[in-house]
Amino acid sequence: MWFQQNILSILIWLPVLGAITTLLTNSDRTARLVASSFAIVNLLLCVPLYLGFDSSSFALQFHEKRLWISAYQIYYAVGVDGISLTMIILTNFTGLLVILAGCQAIKLRVAQYMAAFLVMQGMMIGVFAATDAILFYVFWEGMLIPMYLSIGMWGSSNRNYAAVKFFLYTFLGSILMLIALLYLYNQTGSFDIQHYYGLHLSMPIQKAIFFAFLLAFAVKVPMWPVHTWLPDAHTEAPAGGSVVLAALMLKLGIYGFLRFSMPIVPEACAHLAGLMIVLSLIAIVYIGLVAIVQTDMKKLIAYSSIAHMGFATLGCFMVYDILHHASAHQDAYMSLEGAVVQMVSHAFGSGAMFLGVGILADRMVSHSRLIKDYSGVAARMPIFAAFFMLFAMSNVGLPGTAGFVGEFMVIMSAFQTHFSVALVASLTLILASSYTLWMYKRVFFGPIMNQEVTTMQDLNWLETTNYVLLAIGVFLLGLYPAPVLNVLHATIGHLLSLSMPA
Amino acid sequence: MAIAAAVALLPLAGALIAGLFGKKIGRSATHWVTIVLVGAAFLLSCYLFAVIVLLGHPPVEGVLYHWVVSGPFNFDVAILLDHLSATMLFIVSFISFMVHIYTIGYMADDPGYERFFSYVSLFTFAMLILVLANNFLLLFFGWEGVGLVSYLLIGFWFKRESAVDGGLKAFIANRVGDVGFILGIAAVLTYFNSLDYHTVFSQATHLLDTTMPLFPGIHASVITVICVLLFIGAMAKSAQIPLHVWLPESMEGPTPISALIHAATMVTAGIYMVARMSPLFEYSPAALSLVLILGATTCLFMGFLAVVQQDIKRVIAYSTISQLGYMAVALGASAYDAAIFHLITHAFFKALLFLAAGSVIIALHHEQDMRKMGGLAPYMPITYLTFAIGALALAAIPPFAGFYSKDAIIEAVHLSTTPGAHYAYFCVLAGAFVTPLYIFRALFLTFHGKKHYEGTVYESPWVVLIPLIALAIPSMIAGGLLIGPMLFATPRLLGSSIFVLPQHNVLATLAEDYQGAQMMAIHASQTMTFWLALLGILTAWLFNLARPQWADSLKKRWSYLYHILVEKYGFDKFNQIVLVHGSRRLGEFFYKVCDLLMIDGLFVNGSGRFIRFFANKGRRLQTGYLYHYALAMLIGLAILLGWFVLGL
Repeated sequence: MWFQQNILSILIWLPVLGAITTLLTNSDRTARLVASSFAIVNLLLCVPLYLGFDSSSFALQFHEKRLWISAYQIYYAVGVDGISLTMIILTNFTGLLVILAGCQAIKLRVAQYMAAFLVMQGMMIGVFAATDAILFYVFWEGMLIPMYLSIGMWGSSNRNYAAVKFFLYTFLGSILMLIALLYLYNQTGSFDIQHYYGLHLSMPIQKAIFFAFLLAFAVKVPMWPVHTWLPDAHTEAPAGGSVVLAALMLKLGIYGFLRFSMPIVPEACAHLAGLMIVLSLIAIVYIGLVAIVQTDMKKLIAYSSIAHMGFATLGCFMVYDILHHASAHQDAYMSLEGAVVQMVSHAFGSGAMFLGVGILADRMVSHSRLIKDYSGVAARMPIFAAFFMLFAMSNVGLPGTAGFVGEFMVIMSAFQTHFSVALVASLTLILASSYTLWMYKRVFFGPIMNQEVTTMQDLNWLETTNYVLLAIGVFLLGLYPAPVLNVLHATIGHLLSLSMPA
Repeated sequence: MAIAAAVALLPLAGALIAGLFGKKIGRSATHWVTIVLVGAAFLLSCYLFAVIVLLGHPPVEGVLYHWVVSGPFNFDVAILLDHLSATMLFIVSFISFMVHIYTIGYMADDPGYERFFSYVSLFTFAMLILVLANNFLLLFFGWEGVGLVSYLLIGFWFKRESAVDGGLKAFIANRVGDVGFILGIAAVLTYFNSLDYHTVFSQATHLLDTTMPLFPGIHASVITVICVLLFIGAMAKSAQIPLHVWLPESMEGPTPISALIHAATMVTAGIYMVARMSPLFEYSPAALSLVLILGATTCLFMGFLAVVQQDIKRVIAYSTISQLGYMAVALGASAYDAAIFHLITHAFFKALLFLAAGSVIIALHHEQDMRKMGGLAPYMPITYLTFAIGALALAAIPPFAGFYSKDAIIEAVHLSTTPGAHYAYFCVLAGAFVTPLYIFRALFLTFHGKKHYEGTVYESPWVVLIPLIALAIPSMIAGGLLIGPMLFATPRLLGSSIFVLPQHNVLATLAEDYQGAQMMAIHASQTMTFWLALLGILTAWLFNLARPQWADSLKKRWSYLYHILVEKYGFDKFNQIVLVHGSRRLGEFFYKVCDLLMIDGLFVNGSGRFIRFFANKGRRLQTGYLYHYALAMLIGLAILLGWFVLGL
């Protein structure tokens, strides 16, 4: 029972404990071993979490609440619903991948690297589990520090600019969120996020809070036009950092919309949904076109991430339009569920592709990420090429892979709002295949131009393990998404009823 | 149900075994495994065809599992086995089986042998799923699956730049169509709340008068919007103008897949889809008219292009586009059965033509230029004979298979009342002349006349010839055998799978004059099409064998016309310059100007500079000299004093 009641705290703090243990080790080998075992245990802990979760209920589960700072009624309070459960499992899955990939790629200051990523993992689980606004904020900011360090220490040449840009961008956004949270505390006398729902604030206040949240979350997603930190952060970050950025950190923005903006200021959301839809569509088309012309593989995948996240934000904010046309809440389920599935599937696809760029760059003396330095890799690394093709196809959104599910659900929903929204959104079918496969073509196909490519070795067992795990994820979610969706239904339904303007 | 699922899953098993363990189990084990599994799928298809179509067993429908349930929407992985899908299963698995065998010979010395078998089996799986689907979602799954394998197979020789480019072009052109297709699916879901064929088709009549807003101020009938959007998908897959551009490029792939994918099966998926959607298309005269006009245009104008090609595979590729145009014309004329009939006969003779061309290509060590062939007939008698049978079938000479199907289409268009039918009738008639012209030009250039190659040539091995013979037989007789049951019997072979409104039922009118396949062949001499076809063959003979110099003077005389044909009406140039370069330019603009210069330069780094600028100015004040601070204090004091004391 004790275990069941505290499982969330264990999930949050075990990686932090792991980080401390890793720092105490005195050889790189043990550091790798210790870090991987902590990551594996954490992932295994998700099994009882998933099995113990009652998917028919929207209530917060595995709830823990302890007084933290009594003067301001701040609690250490954690709990999960369907959305945060999904994200926590995803975090642990990605965490393991990153640690395993790091075992291979990182040769310098291994223990610190592992520790940074373990702390990051713990903080991120904390963000998804926190039900107290201040606790949430602490985790939210706390996670920036190891990320900042990982870019600054293990990044490539222009890492300082990128690290500072990343930090300032995201920090600036979240300051306004803090102010909004403090205002809400003044209104309710509590930092429990649940107490902020259904306050019926006046429209000008709602709009002010909406924009305060928007800046924080839009930077994280990132939405156009506050997206320019992402390509820089991605290119300069080590492969593991890119994976965490793409697979998890971007999702925090969407998670914020779902957890804060939509239920707390529903009228403002409904009022400004049009703006959000337009920004999402810009992300899909504009960023898609920008991705086509990228010469750096990581930048290309980074831009593709922004475009894919456009689908998630589109799915979130279309619900108001759908419900405008339809009668029952049920009609809007698909839109929101599509957004959440898109978050998960994007983690697999883009995570795998970022790892792939790392795998390629590791095999080059220059660690080049430029497309033009590669050609004909498929001839030397057939297994890698096959895996990468699978992930590229998931990125393209081919049915049967994870990438299709969310995109499909969102496009289907978009048609219910307006034909032109669906038309613009579905342009991604062309754009995504153009930038992804054109890059694939230039890197993997054709004759070998660079002498270094001729000596490249195919995947080793560790890299293969990583890719097999990801491939299972891509196929499972693509062919049988029901287990993920079943967990979401009740939560999404509750969220929709909260998010509807009275 | 279980058998139908097995038909699709057997090739998948083959693909997985060949793909994952191909290198371990070796070449011959790979081809044995995949061939046996596809062969088993073929036998099961025969069984299903017999049970459903011949014995008239009622259609079988079943859910394999629920893919997504979200709100009121239910997406299932479910299959439907009715007359249409059973017929398609039979054709697809038969051609695939033949191609698998042929591949042993054609790919014998290729290092990617196992990979090739894996792809071809995977393709078979995807195509069978496409055919078996009972809803739009699974149809889309199969649709994209065949597209993927087509992309992989066109670029199979991935070290060759042109092959990879061809694959990419095919994929992206198909994705353009998919935008229409997925929007069509979304429209179906929005207005029918379901993606199951049965539910959608049975409710089609409820939506006849419903309109929907497309763009501000523009409304259109829901059924027409759905049909047009779906047809955009079909246009890409079935290579209708202007989305046909990828098919000629697809000839960069190995010949067995040109036969299987880019002639017999995948490219006909669009035709199959429209026939399947006949309960929707029937209620949209506008969509039918669009199908008819685009099909007719494709049929004639792509035929012209085949006349000027020098690559034997490209001649057949343009011929395929043109024949797909014929099928689309049949669809537009509401003669869905005739479209599927032509699809079947075309699958046989076009696969045959491709495989025979492939036999020539390997004999000449991968030479595809017809100017470097000639006089091959005595050295490759079986290849020659089978190619000639294919050519006669394509040219619609009675009693070969193509005669029946094409004649039925031409007659059906003649009777059709769909807007644009007169234009279409002209195009298909003219096509009847152009088709024999280009295919016999290819035949004469390849097998007759002078030798234009060096070395000796040998007939291909038996693994190559057996599929040729196995395809030559249905190319001769399938038309005569099938025309009665498929078009003029009651009920027709495809039975209730096809829905035609009484006022569109041109085949029923044709049936009144039908007196059997033999009489039709005998009476062919009284039709214009027959004489046009003979004229086509004669012209081909005249310009290529008897008086080749006439062709040259014609080229010089009409050089601008010839130029237009060689440039393929400029579609490729337009796409390259406007779409490819245009989107890249736009991307560059967004990236360099909007992202880097404005957002990053002006706002992000600009705000950084802005702060630094003021910080620098501010720093000047903090000089560190005591007397500066003392002076500032004094000034401040003086102002404050002045304010309070003098009451300013």
